[in-house]
Amino acid sequence: MFPIRGDMLRVMPELIWCGFGVLLMLFQPFVRNRHFFTTLALVGSLLGTLSALWPAALGGTAFGGIIQADAFSFFFHLLIGLVVSLVVLAAGPYLERERLAFPEFFALTLFATAGMGVLASAQELVTAFIGLELSSISSYVLAGYRRDSLKSSESSLKYFLLGSFATAFFLYGIALVYGATGSTFLSRMADAGASSNLLKLGFSLILIGLGFKVAVAPFQIWTPDVYEGAPTPVTALFSSGPKAAAFALLLRIFASVPAATQFWFWAFWVLAVLTMFAGNLGALVQTNVKRMLAYSSIAHAGYILVAFASVTFLAQEGAAAAAPAYAAILFYLLSYALVKLGAFTIVSQFGGEGEKHLSLDDYAGLGQRQPFAAAALGLFLLSLLGLPVTAGFFGKFYIFKAAVNSHLIWLAILMAVNSVIGAYYYLRLIVVMYMREPSAETASSAPMRFPLTVNLVLTIAAASTVYFGLFPNQVLHFVLQTNLLGH
Amino acid sequence: MHPGGHLLSVLVFFPALGALALLLLRGDDLVWIRRLALTISIAEFLLSLLLIPGVPLGVAGYQLEEFARWINVPPINYHLGVDGISLFLVILTTFLTLISVIASWKSIEHRVKEFFVMLLMLEVGVNGVFFALDLFLFFLFWEVMLIPMAFLIGIWGHERRIYAAVKFVLYTMAGSILMLVGIIWLYNATGTFDLPKMQQFLQSGALVLPARTEMILFLAFFLAFAIKVPLFPLHTWLPDAHVEAPTAGSVILAGVLLKLGTYGMIRFCLPLFPNASRRFAPAVAVLAIIGIIYGALVALVQPNLKKLVAYSSVSHLGFVVLGIFAFNPISMQGAVFQMLAHGISTGALFLLVGMLYDRRHTFEISEYGGLATPMPKLAAFFLFVALSSLGLPMLNGFVGEYLILLGTYQVHWNWAAWAASGVILSACYLLWSYQRVFFGDLTREKNRTLPDVSPREKWILVSMAVITLWMGIGSLSFTRRFAASCQNVLDQMGPGQAREAAAPEKSAPPRGSALVAMPEKTSVERTASR
Repeated sequence: MFPIRGDMLRVMPELIWCGFGVLLMLFQPFVRNRHFFTTLALVGSLLGTLSALWPAALGGTAFGGIIQADAFSFFFHLLIGLVVSLVVLAAGPYLERERLAFPEFFALTLFATAGMGVLASAQELVTAFIGLELSSISSYVLAGYRRDSLKSSESSLKYFLLGSFATAFFLYGIALVYGATGSTFLSRMADAGASSNLLKLGFSLILIGLGFKVAVAPFQIWTPDVYEGAPTPVTALFSSGPKAAAFALLLRIFASVPAATQFWFWAFWVLAVLTMFAGNLGALVQTNVKRMLAYSSIAHAGYILVAFASVTFLAQEGAAAAAPAYAAILFYLLSYALVKLGAFTIVSQFGGEGEKHLSLDDYAGLGQRQPFAAAALGLFLLSLLGLPVTAGFFGKFYIFKAAVNSHLIWLAILMAVNSVIGAYYYLRLIVVMYMREPSAETASSAPMRFPLTVNLVLTIAAASTVYFGLFPNQVLHFVLQTNLLGH
Repeated sequence: MHPGGHLLSVLVFFPALGALALLLLRGDDLVWIRRLALTISIAEFLLSLLLIPGVPLGVAGYQLEEFARWINVPPINYHLGVDGISLFLVILTTFLTLISVIASWKSIEHRVKEFFVMLLMLEVGVNGVFFALDLFLFFLFWEVMLIPMAFLIGIWGHERRIYAAVKFVLYTMAGSILMLVGIIWLYNATGTFDLPKMQQFLQSGALVLPARTEMILFLAFFLAFAIKVPLFPLHTWLPDAHVEAPTAGSVILAGVLLKLGTYGMIRFCLPLFPNASRRFAPAVAVLAIIGIIYGALVALVQPNLKKLVAYSSVSHLGFVVLGIFAFNPISMQGAVFQMLAHGISTGALFLLVGMLYDRRHTFEISEYGGLATPMPKLAAFFLFVALSSLGLPMLNGFVGEYLILLGTYQVHWNWAAWAASGVILSACYLLWSYQRVFFGDLTREKNRTLPDVSPREKWILVSMAVITLWMGIGSLSFTRRFAASCQNVLDQMGPGQAREAAAPEKSAPPRGSALVAMPEKTSVERTASR
C-alpha cells in the first residue's frame, strides 16, 4: 500500500520535525555557528507546529486508519509544538553556558517531538508504541546529555532501565489486548465488546506502561532522580511535552475501551489518590528546587487522574456527558505545561554554571535582587498552586467541577486537601524569594542578566498564564467541541 | 442606566490602577510614593462615599448592579452589586486603608513601594468580595486577597513573621478550597453561579436542596467563613497573624478581613441554606459563646498588649456570629453594626498599640507603666478607644453589643445570658491593661522621655474618635440603611423564621428601642424592585 498524498499531509508535522532533525545532523560537520542550529531547530519546530493545520483541516484517518487527524490531535500537536519551540529558544543559552554541543541536542529534541506527535494521533496500538519509543529513546539520551556530570549519567541510566521495563509492560499489554479482541485498532475495540479478564489485564499493563511515562504512583520512583539529574531545559521538556502526549494516548485509549468502565473508574480513583499524596508529601521535604518541582509534577499528574476517573465515570452515560471532563484534562495540560516550562526555565538560569545553585537558600532575597524573574517564578508557582488570575486556577476549577459532576465528592475533597499541602511548599519558595534576606555570598554577586531568548520564553509563558487565567473562553470553546475525538 | 453605572467596578479596580502607577515610580523616591499612595486612597475613599446616595433607604435589593458575561461554559458572569450590608463595609475598607496609609507614613521604611502596592491590592480583593454577586467571582476575589495580606505579614512583620504568614495562608486556603467544591456542587444543583438567581430559585421553590446536601454545602461554606472570622476553635492563626503583622496589616486584618467571614455567613449561608443554618444554629451559637468567653479570658491573662487586642477580636467577633445565628432582625442589625464598630474600635486599638511599639519596640505590658505622665494625649485617646471597645453607652461598641444581646434575648435568653458575661470580661481586660500601661509609677527610665502623639498621629486618632462617637450617638443613620437588607436576609430564610420569632412572644416586646427603626414598606418595595 503506497502512501497517498492525503496520508502524508496528515502526518506533516511529524515529517517536518523528523526532517529538520535529520537536517541538523547533516549540517553538524560543516557549520560552526551555534546560532545557526538554534535558528534551524526553531524554524523546524515552528513549521511543524504550523503544519498541524493540514491534518486538522483534512480530518479523517491516514495509512489505513492507524493515524487519526481530529481536533484532539490538533490540540496536542499545537501544545507539543509550542512547548518544544519554547524549549529550543531557552536551551540555546544553557547549552552555551554548559559548553554542550548544539546540533545533537536539537536533533534529539525534534525526534522526541515527532514521537510525541505520533502518540497524540495514534489510533492503533503498535503505532502508538512506535511513537512512545521514538520519544522515549530520544529522552533517554537527552537526560544524559551532560556527560561529564555524574548526576546526569545516573539520571539517563535510571530512566533508560526503568523506562525499557515499562515499555515492556506496554508491549505485553498490546499483545494481550490483541489476544482478546483480535485487533490492535482502537476503533475496533469498542465493537469487539469483550470485557473479559484478559482484556482487563491487557489494558492494565498498558496503563502501567503509560503510567510510568506520566509519573503515576506507584510507578513514579524514577521521576525526582531523572528530573533532577537531567539538564534543566530537558527537565522542562519532560515535565510538559511527553507527559501531555502520554496523557493524550491514555485518554484516547480509555475513550474507546469497551465496557467495564466501573473497573477503570476505581483504578483511576485509587491511582489518583496515591499519586497526589506521593507527589505532595514528597515535595514537602525537598530543599532542592528542581527536585521539589519534580515531585510537584507527580502531584499534578494525580490531579489530572482525578479528571480521568471522572471521564470513565461519565462515559457510562455517553460521550456527550464526558465532554466537560475531557475539556478539563486538555485545559489543565495546557496551563500546566506552560507553567512548568516557565518555572524550569527560570531554575535553569539561576542554576548557574554546572547547575550548582538549586537549593532553596540560593533563592533567598531574589525578590529584591531580580524582581522580574522572581515575579515570573512567583506567578508560575501561584498558578501551580491554583490561585485565581492564573491559568492554573481554571485548570483546577474545571477538574474540581468534573469531579463534582461525577459525584466524586470524596475525591474532590482529597484533592482539596492535597491542594493545601501543595500550597505549603509552593509558598515556601515564594517566602524564601520575598521574605528572606539573601546570603552574604549571593548578595555581593551582581544580579544575573537573562539572555533575550530566555526573557522571551518567560514573557510568553507568563503572559499566556495570565491570559488564560482571565479569558479561558477560546480554549474552552475549542476543547469542549463534541467531535473532539473524531469518531 | 443610572449615572455612575460603573461605580462598583471603579471602586474595585481603581486601587489596582493606582498600584500599577506606584510600580512605575522609582523604588527610592519615598516622598512621591507616599504622596501617590495617599492620593489614591483618599480618592478611593471619596469615591466610596458616592455609594451612599446609590443605596436608597428602606430598599433591600442589590443596587448599582453591573453585569457582563465573562466565561461561557460554565456561565460565569461579572456581576457586582451593593446593598445596605455591604455598603458600609466597603466604606469601612476604604477608610481603614486610608488610615493605614497615613499610619505607615513613617513606620515603614523598608521596601516602601511594594508595601503600598500590597495594601492597595488588598483593597481590590476586599472590595471585590463585598460587591461580588456571582459565587465564582466571589471566590476569585476571596483568593486574590490572600496573597497581598500574606506579603504584608511576611515582609513587613516582626520576628516570627514568616511562620505567621504561612499559617495565615494555609488556614484560609484549607477552608476556601472546600468552599470551592461547595460552590461547584451548588452550581450543579442550580445551574448558575449567580447569587440573586439562586436566591430566586430557592425562594420560589423551583429548587429544593435535599436536606443532606444542604447540610454538607452549609458546612463547606461555613467552614471557610468560620476560619476567617475566626470562630473558636479555628482561631489559632489569628493571634500569630496579628502579633507579627505590621500595624497597618493588623488594622486591615482586624478591621476588614475578619468581617469577610461574618459577611459571608450573612450573604451566603443564611439565604442559601436556611434549613441547615437553623439546624446548626445551636452548635454555632455554643461555639460563638465559647469564643466570646474564651477570647476574653485569654485576653485577660495576656502579657503581650497586641495579643490582648487580637484575642479581644475573637471575643467581639463571637458576638457578631451569635447575632447572626439568632435569626432575629434586631440581633442581625446588631451584628452588622458590631462589624462596623469593631472595625473602627479595634482598628484604633491596633493603631495605638502600634504607636507605642514605634516608640519602645515592644508589646510587653510589663515594659510599660505610668505612661500617662509622659504622653497624656495618647493615654486619653487610648482610654476613649478602650471604652468604646468595651461597650460604654454613647460609643459605638455599645450599640452593636446591645442590639445583639437584645435580639438574641428575645429568641434564646440563655444564649444572651452567657454572652453578656463577655461584656463584663471585656471591661476587665481592657481597663486592667489600661491601668497597667498608663497608670501607676513610671517603672522604666526609658519611658520617662517618650514623645506624645505627633500631629499626624493625632489627626488619625481624632478622626477615629469622631467616628466612634458619631456611631454611638447617631447609630440610627447607620442602622436605617441596612435594616431592610437585614430583614430581607431573614425573609429569604423562609417560614421557619416566623416560627422562631413567634416562640418567645411572652418575653420583652421587640419594639422597645428607638435605635431600631424598621421601615414599614420594606416588603412592598422589595417586590417592586424585583
